[in-house]
Amino acid sequence: MTVDSVTIALVGSGGAGAMTAGQMLLDAAANVGWYGLMSRTTGPQIRGGEAAALVRLSPTPVHGPGDRFDLIVAFDWQNVERFAAELPLSDKSVIITDPSQGEVPAVLAASGARQVELPIKELAGRIPSGRVNMVGLGAVAAIVGLPRAGIDAVIQKALGKKGDAAIQASNAGIDAGTKEAAGWNLGLELAAPNKEGATRWNISGNEAAGLGALKGGVKFCAAYPITPATEILEWLAPNLAKTGGKLVQAEDELASIAMCLGASFSGVPSITATAGPGLSLMTECIGLGVASETPVVIVDVQRGGPSTGIPTKSEQSDLNIAVYGLHGDAPHLVVGPTSIADCLFTTQWAVHLAEALQTPAIVLSDQAMGQSRAIVDKPADAPHKANRLLATDLGGEATYKRYANTESGVSPAAIPGMAGGEHTADGLEHAENALPSSQASDHQKQLDKRLRKLTSHDYGDAWADVEGEGEIAVVTWGSATGPSREAVRRLEAAGTKARLVAIRLISPVQPAKLAAALDGVSKVLVVEQTHGAQFHKFLRGHYDLPGAVSVFSRPGPLPIRAREVHETLLSLI
Amino acid sequence: MDTHLTDDVVGPLPGDYKSDVKPIWCPGCGDYSVLAGITRAMATMGLERKDTVVVSGIGCSSRIPAYTSVYGYHTVHGRSLAVASGVKLARPELNVLIFGGDGDGFSIGGNHFLHACRRNVDMTYIVMDNQVYGMTKGQASPTTEADWCESKLTPEGPGVNPIQPVALALACGANFVARGFSNNPNEVARLIVEGVRHPGFSVIHILSPCVTFRPEQRNWKSTVHPYGREPTDDPNEAMRAVLEDDGFGLGIFLAGNRRPFQPESAATRSIAQIEEGFAV
Repeated sequence: MTVDSVTIALVGSGGAGAMTAGQMLLDAAANVGWYGLMSRTTGPQIRGGEAAALVRLSPTPVHGPGDRFDLIVAFDWQNVERFAAELPLSDKSVIITDPSQGEVPAVLAASGARQVELPIKELAGRIPSGRVNMVGLGAVAAIVGLPRAGIDAVIQKALGKKGDAAIQASNAGIDAGTKEAAGWNLGLELAAPNKEGATRWNISGNEAAGLGALKGGVKFCAAYPITPATEILEWLAPNLAKTGGKLVQAEDELASIAMCLGASFSGVPSITATAGPGLSLMTECIGLGVASETPVVIVDVQRGGPSTGIPTKSEQSDLNIAVYGLHGDAPHLVVGPTSIADCLFTTQWAVHLAEALQTPAIVLSDQAMGQSRAIVDKPADAPHKANRLLATDLGGEATYKRYANTESGVSPAAIPGMAGGEHTADGLEHAENALPSSQASDHQKQLDKRLRKLTSHDYGDAWADVEGEGEIAVVTWGSATGPSREAVRRLEAAGTKARLVAIRLISPVQPAKLAAALDGVSKVLVVEQTHGAQFHKFLRGHYDLPGAVSVFSRPGPLPIRAREVHETLLSLI
Repeated sequence: MDTHLTDDVVGPLPGDYKSDVKPIWCPGCGDYSVLAGITRAMATMGLERKDTVVVSGIGCSSRIPAYTSVYGYHTVHGRSLAVASGVKLARPELNVLIFGGDGDGFSIGGNHFLHACRRNVDMTYIVMDNQVYGMTKGQASPTTEADWCESKLTPEGPGVNPIQPVALALACGANFVARGFSNNPNEVARLIVEGVRHPGFSVIHILSPCVTFRPEQRNWKSTVHPYGREPTDDPNEAMRAVLEDDGFGLGIFLAGNRRPFQPESAATRSIAQIEEGFAV
């Protein structure tokens, strides 16, 4: 008897190596052909704080966190109460606990989970340079049936440079854990992997966003570090350099967005990445990008807000500022990836759209996608590239109109180096020839033009992921898509047809397309991770939702789980 | 318009760098002369218009880009140095100049000024200092005297000591620092030419009177004086001398030899090769 999904938490204060063990578990599972997802929960401490690696493995693609934890391996219980709410358990769960670290905290023991003692610290102590996390990894491998060959390859890759002694110590720790757990028969053996199909990738959402930027043609990034977006910038630094681009560290987010606008004004596709506080600082310059029609991409990896909020944990609550945060009437692009792998597609698409429409694009990722790693099928190549419409026939003196009122709304751009295209791009309202103007007719004309270029563009099928059929539909976005998708599939598996609409193009809105996607629907469930139901209110403001509308909305840091969406759907049927 | 190649060919004239747009400035504003100095400097250097970018923030002097015939970017208040840094870092072959005032550069843009000086990107910053916010009708700026009581916003005076822009530029690591006076556009032009030709970040502080809100600045023509020393390449020596200066010495304080910041990159890998790193 095997299970088709197993969800594991490796718990230990910083320094215990829980994250390393989780990473190795995911890598090893990938090596043997399983899919997986690893997210992380940490406190704000740089070292020594509470931490847990949250790993879900399955023979089929993993869309989101498991309903509850099947297995917890605790190296210690330091400060675990701070995130116990993120570790839902049931009486079918198993807690592997080291008696030397004290009793299982009451908040977890109350679940009725089965407790199994494993003297992790003592076992590690018997091994020269032995580490508790390797003993734990060995136990998990035995419990879920992870073949040793998968781990060996990971150890070789991770520790090969450190030499034989390090490899031997790790192997001995894994062996010790495996030996102890071998006969436990906890009922958590995972179904055999399926190695068929496409090449698989092991990638985080932040890496995928960086790769999307490269594939879209970005050649410049100005960076200011901020949790949980920094990994995008750190990934881009070497990889932009290798592909002929440049990354510069700025003095703050005011400068990073401004540098990107300067580079883009010069014709070089540009990107920056930040989180809510940084996006707040950038909004004035994003408005400049709108008014001066200078493309730029901003990836906002959302975290709990407002203010400093919860920097290390996820939320979808920057939706309002991303859509409405600019002063004046400032239409721009807002897109949201619907999975870790989709961070690649959506960021690449954003680069393409920003350049094609000569306007800023905000990509709303979040901590749950950005800082989680997934084993996924290699994403298909998308055709989207930066391709700005450039002016031609610039021979005449002073005849070039930078903001020409074209039918599409997109005006051919002149960039430095093009003789005859000299002009001053301006955040002041301007006439078609780019000269400042406060005339009503020029303001009306330019406002119309900047809106028209967005609303008249054909965004194709990428505006949303639309799946399934039936009279009940989940409408969602971003990282809430994964658990929503899983919930819809459970409903379908039990014989009830259902639809999923995960909106990727948040702004500009697509009323006709959503109406078509929801044609025949009598019940809608909106799923999002905010306190203020921002997405629901956004939908209400711009769309007609058919039939009875319900909302599942909860702030971070608790992730939305498929079970919760599924139960809500069942209550609506 | 081609630049002159031999003495027989007439080179570009200052007028070639002017647009047809009439400035919004008050009659008698010092910025008219600075604009004349800028276009003279451009003509002297024979800058290619297509390869020259001027960037500004917000304020009276920040209006200059539209009055030129080169590429310009009139951005938002305080961010001109960051925008210009993006231009120059992304396209090092372009000539990049920045224009702005004392409020734009030292108050709302103060942090960018600090970091532009230490970053030392090869571009030239021309600050027109009139010790007042003119466009908002006469408020104290970061270079206004503590006891200036003519603003409705601070009727008792701002009550805080003014910034000394030249000393600040030196303290922050600017590589070329000079001061000029708008009444002498030829000298302004000379300083700009020197600044543009000097590698790295050049700060040209120009005293440019606001005759509307600071009419007493008309007297600057009798207050200014030659700085009186030869330019040094030693920032310590320049700083010592500047601290003894009364804020009205004109000339080049520092022509340093710090290397400009310009990250290099070359395409050595394909994206397909980079992607392979994610394969299981």
